[in-house]
Amino acid sequence: MTTTSEYERVPEIRSLSDDPGLPARLKALWETKPGLWGWICSVDHKSIGIRYLFTAFLFLVVGGLEALVMRVQLAGPERRLLTPEAYDQLYSMHGITMIFLYALPVLSGFSNFLFPLVLGARDMAFPRLNAFSYWVYIAAGLFMYASFLMGVAPDDGWFNYAPNSLPPYSPGPNMDFYALGMIFLGVSTTVGAINFVVTVLRMRAPGMSINRLPILVWGTTTASVGILFAMPAVTLAFFMLWMERQFGTHFFGAGGGGQPLLWQHLFWIFAHPWVYIIVLPAMGLVSDALPILCRRPIVGYTLVVLATILTMVLGFGVWVHHMFATGLPLVASSFFSGASFIITIPSAVATFAWVATIWTGRPVFTTAFLYFASFIVMFVIGGVSGVVTAAVPADLQLTDTYFVVAHIHYVLIGINLFAVLGAIYFWFPKMSGRMLNERLGRWAFWITFFGFNLAFFPMHLTGLLGMPRRVYTYPRGLGLEGVNMLSTVGSFVLGIGILLVLVNIWHGLRHGAKAGDNPWDAPTLEWATTSPPPAYNFAIIPAIASRHPLWEGRLGEGSGRSQFDRGFALDHGKEALATTALDAEPDAILRMPDDSPWPFLLTVAMSVGFAALLLHSWWVVAAAVLAVLVYGLLWLWPRRRLLQIAGAGHG
Amino acid sequence: MVDATVTDRTHDIMVERLPVGSAGRKSSGWFGMLSLIATEASLFVYLLFSYYYSAIWSDGSFLPARLPKFDLSGPDTVVLLLSSAAVWWGERGARKGARTQLATGLALAFVLGAIFVGVQVLEWRGKAFRPDSSPYASLYFTITGFHMAHVVLGLLVLAVLFAWTMLGYFDRSRHAPVSIGAIYWHFVDAVWIAVFFTIYVTPYLGVR
Repeated sequence: MTTTSEYERVPEIRSLSDDPGLPARLKALWETKPGLWGWICSVDHKSIGIRYLFTAFLFLVVGGLEALVMRVQLAGPERRLLTPEAYDQLYSMHGITMIFLYALPVLSGFSNFLFPLVLGARDMAFPRLNAFSYWVYIAAGLFMYASFLMGVAPDDGWFNYAPNSLPPYSPGPNMDFYALGMIFLGVSTTVGAINFVVTVLRMRAPGMSINRLPILVWGTTTASVGILFAMPAVTLAFFMLWMERQFGTHFFGAGGGGQPLLWQHLFWIFAHPWVYIIVLPAMGLVSDALPILCRRPIVGYTLVVLATILTMVLGFGVWVHHMFATGLPLVASSFFSGASFIITIPSAVATFAWVATIWTGRPVFTTAFLYFASFIVMFVIGGVSGVVTAAVPADLQLTDTYFVVAHIHYVLIGINLFAVLGAIYFWFPKMSGRMLNERLGRWAFWITFFGFNLAFFPMHLTGLLGMPRRVYTYPRGLGLEGVNMLSTVGSFVLGIGILLVLVNIWHGLRHGAKAGDNPWDAPTLEWATTSPPPAYNFAIIPAIASRHPLWEGRLGEGSGRSQFDRGFALDHGKEALATTALDAEPDAILRMPDDSPWPFLLTVAMSVGFAALLLHSWWVVAAAVLAVLVYGLLWLWPRRRLLQIAGAGHG
Repeated sequence: MVDATVTDRTHDIMVERLPVGSAGRKSSGWFGMLSLIATEASLFVYLLFSYYYSAIWSDGSFLPARLPKFDLSGPDTVVLLLSSAAVWWGERGARKGARTQLATGLALAFVLGAIFVGVQVLEWRGKAFRPDSSPYASLYFTITGFHMAHVVLGLLVLAVLFAWTMLGYFDRSRHAPVSIGAIYWHFVDAVWIAVFFTIYVTPYLGVR
């Protein structure tokens, strides 16, 4: 045996029968401390993931209530429940809430919970950054909602077009809340994306080469890379907007020689990729869970993965289809129209793979399966209405009508919310150790499904009849009464369905049947540990030999067997294994950070800073920047225990 | 050197001696910094996109009457590139375990970076316009301002690395923060080339 130091060693290979005390020792190392302070300092990815899910559902409920108020206003013609100004704030906050505060964070919640578990790791690559991204998310959400409580919420829609968002037309602080809030939220999104990317590159179990990754990992990783390239566009756009509003720069205002369309370009360069960013991880969840409920591996794994990546790449080349009506040159419109047609091809690949998986499998009709199957149907409807609006002549007719509202809701509720609800039924047992009620689940499913389609299918017609979106009422006698009443009734039915899902979760947490480790007889690693998993996820780091480690006995994939009972123990401290990016061969032993207060305190300092920017309190801004720098320095200060500092007499 | 083997019955997973803790380019921080650079580079792409978009769609009066000159910006670019070389030389020292070379490289880079910022401030003060004068002025100050903010952050990083070096935190096998800070500094310098080309060179190539 060669000499080893603290800085270098051969990881010991052990089995639990050699070392029965291992789980208890790991628990002491990894477990979050009790109490409020322990909760604030926790860096456990499972707890952070569940916090993300809980907070995102809270925003879903708030955004849903805003929609219901609007539907009451629109139930009949010329109603006076809401003033035009209140209606503007409601639809803007509804969009902002659903698109930024619900749709991505809910998927981040699943990914945070699931990534280390499906990868056979003990935590994310950056546990403290993970906590930070959650705290910033909720702080930015509260920052934007503060405007709502003060009655000065953003009122220019979620895409916030200039010049309408500039001071001559929007003098209040409404847009400043939105601009600063989005820059703040962008910090959370960006660091979260970096964490997912590095976790996938470095934290996989040995043997989990990239062709063995679950598709949900591909979905979230692809979207995270997309975030890294897309997010700066909107952060910059909102920064420039804020500068223009506060300091009189001339980026967007035509009066000063600026370019109003520059806003639309920067916004949609971000926001069209964003549409894929908030659906690809959801498609990944379905691509993993649906085949399990069909009792077979997914059809066309490689094609689905390539389609996922291709969708994201093409997603960066279609943004102008949001701008067909702005008078761009026909060549530009034609190019982006063509690109928008082409992007249907990878989407269709995934759809056919799911259909073929159901067709050739033996489906188990659980609640989760119902949500996933209906997800496919609504994806097709939303996709087809997308193809319609990708055609320039049709778009010129349909843009800014309820047809587009129908399209976006089929896409976002169909592909995001229905996938999420199915995923809740599917992974709730792993998170809580208990099952959800299937009977109540099925009722809730049919009510949600019926309510959703009743609310949004007629909106296609509402749009074709010419009703513009974002107008607080409509006159009598245009034939719009019937379709609007249907939508209002449907939206309340949908609301009841969501309420039943929440009741089911509430009930399941208390009285649900015990789940066991693997209630769905699933093949991936998260089901190889207990439900709920221990703080350290895996006492022995698994070694992976195939794409379906728990189905190897049945599938006969390859010739090897994954190994769970014997492997690396890594217990010289809070340790995790780093592996190489493609082949997942052991590369380093990482020392993982302890629970830390700095992510929370840094978020507090940033919140103070953003509030001070809003109020132009420059001294407070300066103090907050100083605090951010000092806290950041303390966070990053090299630690002996993490072996970030050279040892005496070493090297 | 194989010291132990895990058999998964298809092939053996070779287990060699592995570094423990944050080891240079095997540390998570290194990969995190590369990801951060990817998103920061995109930010500058969008900044320059805004510049070119505004120039191309203007009526030909985008640029100010006095085109930007090279008398300050040219030498300043050389200073910034030299600071990158200093960091590179210092990091080479870190890999050899030469603490004096590392400290000297970092200190030199800090001084050169500070000179760059000073000259930029001079250049700003010599401008006949303010950020609210015209679209060009807004973009000029925003783009160079974003870059300067990155340089200032980089200077803070260099200063902290210098302090940690003097505290004896780094040696031949443990200097991940140096590699991570150095690649950030090189990125900030590389971005300047794109900014310099856009602001100072393209006006003479017909982008107006």
